[in-house]
Amino acid sequence: MSESVSLTINGNKYSATKGTYVLQVARDHGIHIPTLCDHEAIEPYGACRLCIVEVTRGARTRIVTSCLYPVEEGLVVQTDSPRVVENRKMLLNLLLARCSENQVIKALAREYGIEQPAFRQEYWEKHNCIVCGLCVRACEQVVGVSAISLVNRGISKEPKPPFLEKAQACIGCGSCYYVCPTGAVKLEDKNGVRHIYNWKVAFRLKKCSKCGIQWAPEAQLTYIRKKWNLPSDFFEICPNCR
Amino acid sequence: MSSKLKTARALALLQQKLEKDGRADRPRVSVCNGTACRPYGSNPVAEAFVTELEKKGLSGQVEFKVTGCHGFCERGPIAILEPGNLFYQRVRVGDVAEIIEKTVLKKEVIERLLFKDAGTAKPVSAQEDLPFYRNQRRIVLGNNTRIDPTSIEDYIAIGGYSALAKSLTELNPEQIIEIVKQSGLRGRGGGGFPTGAKWDTCRKAPGDIKYVIVNADEGDPGAYANEGLLTGNPHSVLEGLIIGAFAIGSHQGYIYVRNEYPLALKNMTIAMEQAEALGLLGKNILGSGFDLTVRINRGGGAFVCGESTALMASLEGKPGEPRAKYTHTVERGLWDRPSDLNNVETWANIPLIINNGAEWFSKIGVAGNSGTKIFSLTGKVNNTGLVEVPMGIKLREIIFDIGGGIRGGKKFKAVQTGGPSGGCLPESLLDSPVDFDSLTKAGSMMGSGGMIVLDEDNCMVDTARYFLNFLEEESCGKCVPCREGVKRMRQILDGITEGKGQESDIQLLKDLSEHLQDSALCALGGSAPNPVLTTLRYFHDEYEAHIKNKKCPAGICKALIKFSIIDEKCPGCGMCVKTCPSDAITFMGKKKPVILDQAKCIKCRTCYDICKMGAVRVE
Ligand SMILES: Cc1cc2nc3c(=O)[nH]c(=O)nc-3n(C[C@H](O)[C@H](O)[C@H](O)COP(=O)(O)O)c2cc1C
Ligand code: SF4
Ligand code: SF4
Ligand code: SF4
Ligand code: FES
Ligand code: FES
Repeated sequence: MSESVSLTINGNKYSATKGTYVLQVARDHGIHIPTLCDHEAIEPYGACRLCIVEVTRGARTRIVTSCLYPVEEGLVVQTDSPRVVENRKMLLNLLLARCSENQVIKALAREYGIEQPAFRQEYWEKHNCIVCGLCVRACEQVVGVSAISLVNRGISKEPKPPFLEKAQACIGCGSCYYVCPTGAVKLEDKNGVRHIYNWKVAFRLKKCSKCGIQWAPEAQLTYIRKKWNLPSDFFEICPNCR
Repeated sequence: MSSKLKTARALALLQQKLEKDGRADRPRVSVCNGTACRPYGSNPVAEAFVTELEKKGLSGQVEFKVTGCHGFCERGPIAILEPGNLFYQRVRVGDVAEIIEKTVLKKEVIERLLFKDAGTAKPVSAQEDLPFYRNQRRIVLGNNTRIDPTSIEDYIAIGGYSALAKSLTELNPEQIIEIVKQSGLRGRGGGGFPTGAKWDTCRKAPGDIKYVIVNADEGDPGAYANEGLLTGNPHSVLEGLIIGAFAIGSHQGYIYVRNEYPLALKNMTIAMEQAEALGLLGKNILGSGFDLTVRINRGGGAFVCGESTALMASLEGKPGEPRAKYTHTVERGLWDRPSDLNNVETWANIPLIINNGAEWFSKIGVAGNSGTKIFSLTGKVNNTGLVEVPMGIKLREIIFDIGGGIRGGKKFKAVQTGGPSGGCLPESLLDSPVDFDSLTKAGSMMGSGGMIVLDEDNCMVDTARYFLNFLEEESCGKCVPCREGVKRMRQILDGITEGKGQESDIQLLKDLSEHLQDSALCALGGSAPNPVLTTLRYFHDEYEAHIKNKKCPAGICKALIKFSIIDEKCPGCGMCVKTCPSDAITFMGKKKPVILDQAKCIKCRTCYDICKMGAVRVE
């Protein structure tokens, strides 16, 4: 039996299952907390820090990341206190300096009233990536192939295929592309081929034998067929024609 | 070696035998072959002793030991001789025959090899009378001079493993934890968390499988206190670990050793094999029924791997990246099981506490900060080395009494404690006590015991920039505040040292600092502002000079300084002319001042350092 606890968020009382993360509870009640490295299907990671909130327990108030902080009895949460907002502003300033042309980051910065960037801008293409690790984690936890990983440390940390060559294990499913919050994963389907430029891979797309639409990478379909032990002609027609 | 010891009594008997065999009345020579003494040639010196003693047929009559670090590394290679506790420094191979001839055989003191007090210029013969040692309290490091670290017999002879025997036979786990709690021991790895309480939580955490871990990652640049212990007295750390495992209820231990410490790795591996062979480690330790397996692991080679969650990730074979600690590692650590991680020095204190009692320990140091702390004293002091002092000692005592004051008669400026993310403390704080709480209050921290002394020739803005640069390179890059913020802080400091600083930079540095303290994922990012905040707090005038007047008062920041010759002081000796790598100085004939061409000067400082007449001006 999971234990229920009561907590306060922005002055209102809620009850939640003990151990649920604050972010989840807030979302369940329609309270918005901005995030960049969180995804419902993926384990929380705590890298972007945008989801920070102020929590008070007894006499102690501190800043924590709501995506990783488990709720407990009597917890008092402030999702938009001045201190939280100041910290989010600085985070966005730092991100803005890293990817000054990125629309997602720019929109967030605008939302937090940043008009004059605090730091020198350093735009170059690869810095659309904010190193949230979602692509890597999706590939590992959701797809189960771990075709890419985060390499290097500090400011040079980035998602890369092994040995910086073609990602051998990649099946072209595009999960990394779908989860990326900033559009840093470049995926393109063109002339029957899917390219994911970041991982240096290209896949032939399967043609539906009925309608002729090219609907998924062959490698991905083979992977799914093997995993679920499906008959070899299972993917001959696309889901629309089935 | 004898077979496994099956009882505490068997260990006690072995100890008595070894002590007797050791014949304390024999002359004794112990030569330090620690990591710092090796480059000075301690290995050949040790070999020369063996050869000479054999040649003279003295091998059996003189007890000769090659040991780990004696502490006063500045003066290595070091030999300590008994009787008399004679301290010979800077010993060369050529001195060995004479030492045996005169000192060992005839008990004559060779004055040339003694340490001379900088102030009185008087030679001091006994180790305990040296100012460097006199003001220390070497309860943990002291045994380094008495044992060969690769010999378990040496360790047992001085009472080693008796604390383990006592723990297994006379105490139960709760009693051990109570003793550690009563002693007031706080973790020596940086945070100063009460060790007894940590053990207690781990013991009580649900789960059958628990782990005990030694943090021997010691990544602070310049710090080597943990290495000194691991290489010089590995059994003391191992004994502490076994006692802790018994108290916590763990049967699996790990020793996580910094990758760059091959000697520590070797000596600890030998220690573990020896302990296992004697039944002090492994199955059914001393016949008590308690089992413990210990594995030794090499560190991941990054500073952040010393952080508890990163260390555990690294032990699991994952990248050494920290994670949020909202659930403590004592409850969910290595492989999600309750895990107790302690620093090398913390573990080494345990046998002492068990043997001498909580009260004895709590009387050393000051209230709330009991026991001693080892520091790696480096920088601009006369006596550098590993020093162990009671907590609560004043900074001044460490730097001036033990460290012998500032090199070359220069003026003290600051002392940097706590490793790269520690802080710089000014002269006005020299009389404040060295303990966890006082250092934190002053804006610095204990860290794992780095202590770097800075003098008038150090620029504090440049110092802050240096540490931020280190932290920028060592940031794991996982979270935004640290990955991006530390880099920005370093860039701002770069700008200030290059003369491009603006008044608004100060506020931006403060804002970034506050942001990092609030929002970084782990303590690396959280404490990264310390070097900046302390220099801003205590050396604000230097920032002002750089930003407003475009001057570097210490004469360090190249973009802001100029070298020139003070004609009246220059006798034209030409020393600087020869050493200038850029041919910027021209010889004008004897007794005529040289001429320095500023267009050619690369501001390397060579002329300034070499001129004995003080005729080079830096401004
Ligand atoms: C960046 C970073 C590096 C650290 N490096 C070390 C280290 O090298 N050795 C160490 O004992 N503790 C280190 N620590 C502290 C550990 O996280 C942990 O607090 C300590 O090992 C606990 O042992 P103690 O209770 O005996 O002090 C580090 C912490 C941080 C944030
Ligand atoms: S497209 Fe490739 S790299 Fe991306 S999630 Fe799928 S398998 Fe992984
Ligand atoms: S590519 Fe996108 S998903 Fe992957 S780490 Fe960068 S920002 Fe995150
Ligand atoms: S604070 Fe720095 S070292 Fe720690 S997790 Fe964040 S990026 Fe990594
Ligand atoms: S969403 Fe919580 S840290 Fe990114
Ligand atoms: S290594 Fe020899 S005294 Fe430190």
